[in-house]
Amino acid sequence: MNSQHHEITRRALLARIGTMGLAAALTPFIPSYIWACAAINRATPASPLRGNSIDLRITETPFRIGDQLGMAKTINGTVPGPLIRLQEGQTVTFNVTNRLEEDTSIHWHGLILPQDMDGVPGVSFAGIKPASTFSYRYPVRQNGTYWYHSHSGGQEQSGVYGPLIIDPIEPEPFQYTREYVVVLSDWTFESPEVLFANLKKVPDYYNFQKRATREFLTDMRRQGLWSTLQNYLMWDRMRMDPTDFADVSGYAYTYLMNGLSPEMNWTGRFCPGDRVRLRIINAGAMTFFDVRLPGLSMTVIQADGQNVQPVVVDEFRIGPAETYDVIVNPTENRAYTLFAETMDRSGYARGTLAPRAGMRAPLPERRSRPLRTMDDMGMAGMDMENMDETSHASHAHLPHQAMGMIETPETRHAHDMNRLSDMPIDDPSHSTIPGVKPVKHGPDHHGTGNQAVAEHSQNRSGEPGRGLGNSDRRVLVYTDLKSLVPHPDQRKPEREIELHLTGHMERYMWSFDGKKFSEAKEPIQFRFGERLRLTFVNDTMMEHPLHLHGMWMHLENGTGVYLPRKHTVIVKPAERLSVAITADAPGRWAFHCHLLFHMKAGMFRVIEVTDQKSQM
Amino acid sequence: MNASVRTVLLLTVVGFLGMGFDAVSAFAKTTFPPSTPSSTSTRSTPQKIVEMYQLAPLSASTEKRDGLPNVAPQTDWPSPVEDEKKHIFILADVLEYRPNMGGSESGNDYRWDIEGWYGGDYNRLWFKTEGQQNSAFKADYDADSQLLYGRFFQQYYDFQVGGRLETQSYRDHNVTRGLVVIGLQGLVPYNYEIESALFVSCLGHVSARLTTTKDLSLSQRLILQLRLETNAAIQRVKKFTTGSGLNNVEGGARLRYEIRREFAPYVGVSLDRSFGETATFVRKEGGDSSQIRFVVGVRVWF
Repeated sequence: MNSQHHEITRRALLARIGTMGLAAALTPFIPSYIWACAAINRATPASPLRGNSIDLRITETPFRIGDQLGMAKTINGTVPGPLIRLQEGQTVTFNVTNRLEEDTSIHWHGLILPQDMDGVPGVSFAGIKPASTFSYRYPVRQNGTYWYHSHSGGQEQSGVYGPLIIDPIEPEPFQYTREYVVVLSDWTFESPEVLFANLKKVPDYYNFQKRATREFLTDMRRQGLWSTLQNYLMWDRMRMDPTDFADVSGYAYTYLMNGLSPEMNWTGRFCPGDRVRLRIINAGAMTFFDVRLPGLSMTVIQADGQNVQPVVVDEFRIGPAETYDVIVNPTENRAYTLFAETMDRSGYARGTLAPRAGMRAPLPERRSRPLRTMDDMGMAGMDMENMDETSHASHAHLPHQAMGMIETPETRHAHDMNRLSDMPIDDPSHSTIPGVKPVKHGPDHHGTGNQAVAEHSQNRSGEPGRGLGNSDRRVLVYTDLKSLVPHPDQRKPEREIELHLTGHMERYMWSFDGKKFSEAKEPIQFRFGERLRLTFVNDTMMEHPLHLHGMWMHLENGTGVYLPRKHTVIVKPAERLSVAITADAPGRWAFHCHLLFHMKAGMFRVIEVTDQKSQM
Repeated sequence: MNASVRTVLLLTVVGFLGMGFDAVSAFAKTTFPPSTPSSTSTRSTPQKIVEMYQLAPLSASTEKRDGLPNVAPQTDWPSPVEDEKKHIFILADVLEYRPNMGGSESGNDYRWDIEGWYGGDYNRLWFKTEGQQNSAFKADYDADSQLLYGRFFQQYYDFQVGGRLETQSYRDHNVTRGLVVIGLQGLVPYNYEIESALFVSCLGHVSARLTTTKDLSLSQRLILQLRLETNAAIQRVKKFTTGSGLNNVEGGARLRYEIRREFAPYVGVSLDRSFGETATFVRKEGGDSSQIRFVVGVRVWF
């Protein structure tokens, strides 16, 4: 590190200390990055790895949950791997040694770096062979909360992931007294190969939340026999399951927070009055989490490591590979549960914020699992073409009844698009959202490998997502995310690439445009320097977190010059979602669904950014 | 073990090896290249897809990209995802014991229906065997096995072609024949699994079989499987207790409890009735043309 950096950290530190209240000043200044309860689960390091040269060792290590012992693949012997803390502006070298009996790799998730340092075997390098060391070296040109993980086989499921924090050069625009990194993940004692094989053979293997006799009777009492029967038969006719929310559920998974199970209760300490920054990373291989802190509201300040205009929420959904930074302000001298319930409600990760170690708060009441509706099948738009834009509410009722749909508060919410339609058009901070009006699907149904298409796709970024939004809680939606400062490249996209997310539940096939990676190895071409729009059309009935390597995706959520930058975007079922991209990173980059087994099944593409001059 | 059963098992193994794994795979590749699935929908050719993604044609010159790092993939690099991995699946859907509940001459006996596949998403090698003792259709023993090549098409179905070996025995007298199989297997609307096949024997006799099953979830682990199987033939083949027309209908209900997904003991009831000429043959051979059997068994897969 050069002297300039010393100066800047000191300045940032002074700024931070200045904001601390009296209560905070009376307690010793704990390095806020500590991993509480470190001693319980092996030697999780108490201090982060720093500096210009960092050694990482990938190896197999025993890993214990409760009284069950298994083997994990680990980075420096821990799950998650060590916290790495870098300084914006430094150039870092990582020496990654492979002590496994198979190839390995580390991908720096969300980092803008030279493509041969990106760490995707087969795309950016050959992978790291057993008993060899690969050195990654790149300048750190951004700041925020990120993470790193293996891109080889199923190693990410087996424990090869860890948090990566980059401190900014400039002081941050928000203040806090202490911070914690919260890594959410899913652990199983099964090998990823077994999980994947089970899904290939029996795709509903892990779903123990199907609609059974008891639910049919309950629905019948509530909805009447005919309507209930119609609904059940409709799903049966489509050969689909409305309870299909997670391919792998709590039946196989223990959900971890910083490597600790809910019983082990990770605890972060605070003094009443502290402003606590939580850097929440979803490192789960297959799990969407809904995160909340009952009794506290959260101010979202960063999404995917990028500053956003603060949004106060009670709950947010975090897809695999996304990160959110929030600030909470606990004023009472009591414990608060940090609760991360899985989207399918089959389990949860849990931790505690407390003034003293060993305290715990009650667990919030568990919610019942949600159901897919016709909106998720892209069928709600059937008569939307003639839709009078001012009469959403009255319109919402009819098609559902006709299709024997079971009404819940949530399905009504889906039609409440007021948040979008209220936006003033002349406000420069707003713009039209591509796909806000339903778009009819084209004639290509993507072949045998695709089960169904959404007849109509529509932008759903103003919706909280299935399973959320049916309470008084304020839920983060994608249209809430506004970049703190406008990005320098405000060009309009000059061309558009439409990519359909496709799959087949019965055979557990996943693909883009009906083709697995092995069937469509031809890279998608970006021209260096161009501004283009990538439009995702989700023809499946599942959410997919799509991750682009090497470049930012500017989420086109109607916020005009303040489009948020993301490395991973969740595309809801039957959704049409657009991102703008500045193709400023030459080379070959991976683009894939970050659900590990969707990627393994073929939902993967290579994007090639080529030098524009060579084409002229 | 009965001699006829032993023969069938032996012949199955021999047939399996004889047909040759690689030969079938090779056939699969030449006839149905995975890159051009036999779908009828309007599919984009790779060239079309490339065109969709670009405004102007790109010159594929790599020399000019020398300034960029590692733009071209190296030949010795692995694939970033292994999405063509093959799997093996073997399911014993019916593996049951049928005790004699008194009343009829038939003793305690058993029945099995096992099938499996090896392969990827589109091309699979299927293996099926089923058999029983003392049905209302065939008199003493009845066992057959099939080896098929299957091609996934039209979203929900496997088209299957291959061979079948059928063995029957009554009163210590064995008969065996080989048949060609053309089958269709998959999931129809309303979630019924169907398995239908047309059989042509070496003597030109044509018969058919349809099996359909439906799973009803009573709870998350308690599942009621309804099952219907029926056989029909065009020609009368007396040697195989087969009359012309509808041979039999067998309906069953099996209630299983999934201790694990892979292991589920069950109890059930099976109604089996043969019709017309077939019924006459069965009675002549000393069998029951109409039976109600209680069954206990286990459904396993791996």
